[in-house]
Amino acid sequence: MFGLKSASLFGETKKLEREIDEFIDIVSEVGLVFKSIVPTYLNHSANGKFEEMVEKVKEMESKADKITKDVEHTLYEETLIPDARSDVLRLLEHIDELIGMYQGNCYHFSIQKPNFPKEFHEDLIELTETVVNCVESLCLTVRSFFRDIKSVRDNAHKVTFYEKESDIKFSALARRIFDSELALDQKMHLRYFVEKIDRICDQAEDIADEIQIYAIKRSV
Amino acid sequence: MEITILIFLFGGLFLGWSLGANDAANVFGTAVGTRMVSFTSAAIICSVFVILGAIISGAGTTETLGKLGAINALPGAFAACVAAGISVYLMTKVGLPVSTTQAIVGAIVGWNLYTGSSTNLQVLFTILGTWILCPIIAGIIAMGLFTFTKRVILNRKLHILRLDAYTRTALLLAGAFGAYSLGANNIANVMGVFVPISPFTDVTIGNLFIFTSKEQLFLLGGLAIAVGVFTYSKRVMFTVGNDLLKMTPVAAFIVVISHSIVLFLFASQGISAFLQSINLPPIPLVPVSSSQAVVGGVIGIGLLKGGKEVQWSIAGRISLGWMTLPIIAALISLIVLFILENIFNLTVSF
Repeated sequence: MFGLKSASLFGETKKLEREIDEFIDIVSEVGLVFKSIVPTYLNHSANGKFEEMVEKVKEMESKADKITKDVEHTLYEETLIPDARSDVLRLLEHIDELIGMYQGNCYHFSIQKPNFPKEFHEDLIELTETVVNCVESLCLTVRSFFRDIKSVRDNAHKVTFYEKESDIKFSALARRIFDSELALDQKMHLRYFVEKIDRICDQAEDIADEIQIYAIKRSV
Repeated sequence: MEITILIFLFGGLFLGWSLGANDAANVFGTAVGTRMVSFTSAAIICSVFVILGAIISGAGTTETLGKLGAINALPGAFAACVAAGISVYLMTKVGLPVSTTQAIVGAIVGWNLYTGSSTNLQVLFTILGTWILCPIIAGIIAMGLFTFTKRVILNRKLHILRLDAYTRTALLLAGAFGAYSLGANNIANVMGVFVPISPFTDVTIGNLFIFTSKEQLFLLGGLAIAVGVFTYSKRVMFTVGNDLLKMTPVAAFIVVISHSIVLFLFASQGISAFLQSINLPPIPLVPVSSSQAVVGGVIGIGLLKGGKEVQWSIAGRISLGWMTLPIIAALISLIVLFILENIFNLTVSF
């Protein structure tokens, strides 16, 4: 009786480990797609490809949602990691929100079609890259939370570093937009997009802070 | 078998029930308290292994208890067990994790005092000495194992879920070992006083296996312990698992295994004989307190973490309970013996 239970426990554990790894892979992949989406959008000639990429992000978001629900059910049904279960579930939900933010940005670009003059392209691409790097570091932090608790602090520190970089780039770009000769409505429209991209970093930093607390709680 | 004999044996079974409700909770308390093992799994494993430990390895500590005071009349044994059972029950009501070990020793000394029999002071001091040593040894073992396990976990970089699965399995195995050791070490408390006056006779099964009267007594005691586990230990398990120190599942495992090692050391005739064979002092085969072992283990881990998280006021209350329990048991023993002899006209000693 206990042998069977134990065998299913290890099987369930391996399945969940794979699902969580896959979930983090999706976060990372969505970031990489997002990194190419912005330059693709700015290059108006590739609009077909842009919509294709938005669709891809949507698919990945749905997949991540499904994994979150699966993990949630299994953790509760099998009463696994009772001491860290609520922390893990909250963490996955917050990361899922992060994927949602990527997707939201893509939709806003697709629907509102903001008109970024060429002089801001480079800065916008740089900001996007910093944001994606920030989320990449968050993925490392999450992986270390699950496997290598000692590295959580180092990886979380990188998230904070990129978040600060992103803030600097956001402020500089917003300043340049408002210093330009564009009409106020366009300035505000562009600022909205820049701010929305930067917010991904804020969310990533909040999650990294959360993980550091969870890591302290998890210390053996 | 006469009905009166059964009634007298009932005293031992009552004490067995107390042991199941209170001491057995120590074995799985941390595992159930941290919700790593369900109560039903814990209760089944605990019951099976307590019975096995009692029958297979329960003889060593019984001998020692017999030397403390050889109760030679069934009503006397009944009185000692009832006194020990009542005192453990009272302490459990107050919420203090005490052990039947301390209670039965107090009750036997009470019988010695009442009947004018001499108490073997050397044995008494050996037992008292182990009560001081037991939590200290458990604490030291817990500290060593905790440091080692922590290092292994950090270096192996185990996934949180894999660690969870390993910890659950380890808790079940350590719990089984703990229950076996508890049965081996503590069955003497429950049935030890009945051994010299056992109402059973040896039974030969198919000319192959002799089921001795002592083993029959131990099986009966083991069953009483199992009933205690199923009927009353759940609440105590949660108290042990959560109150003294908020523990992680890994720490819970360390506490169970340290407790089990200590109980096993003080019950193993094999280890004691081995030490003697290599000219080392043998480990006294003494029924030690499982509560003391668990509390020692928990405090050991707490100290390793800086000591701030340990609820020292609760630890103080527990220690006070340990000191007063044998005295209370001795006093109740005197009262019960007085009642049996003067109201029921029973012979409590020969």
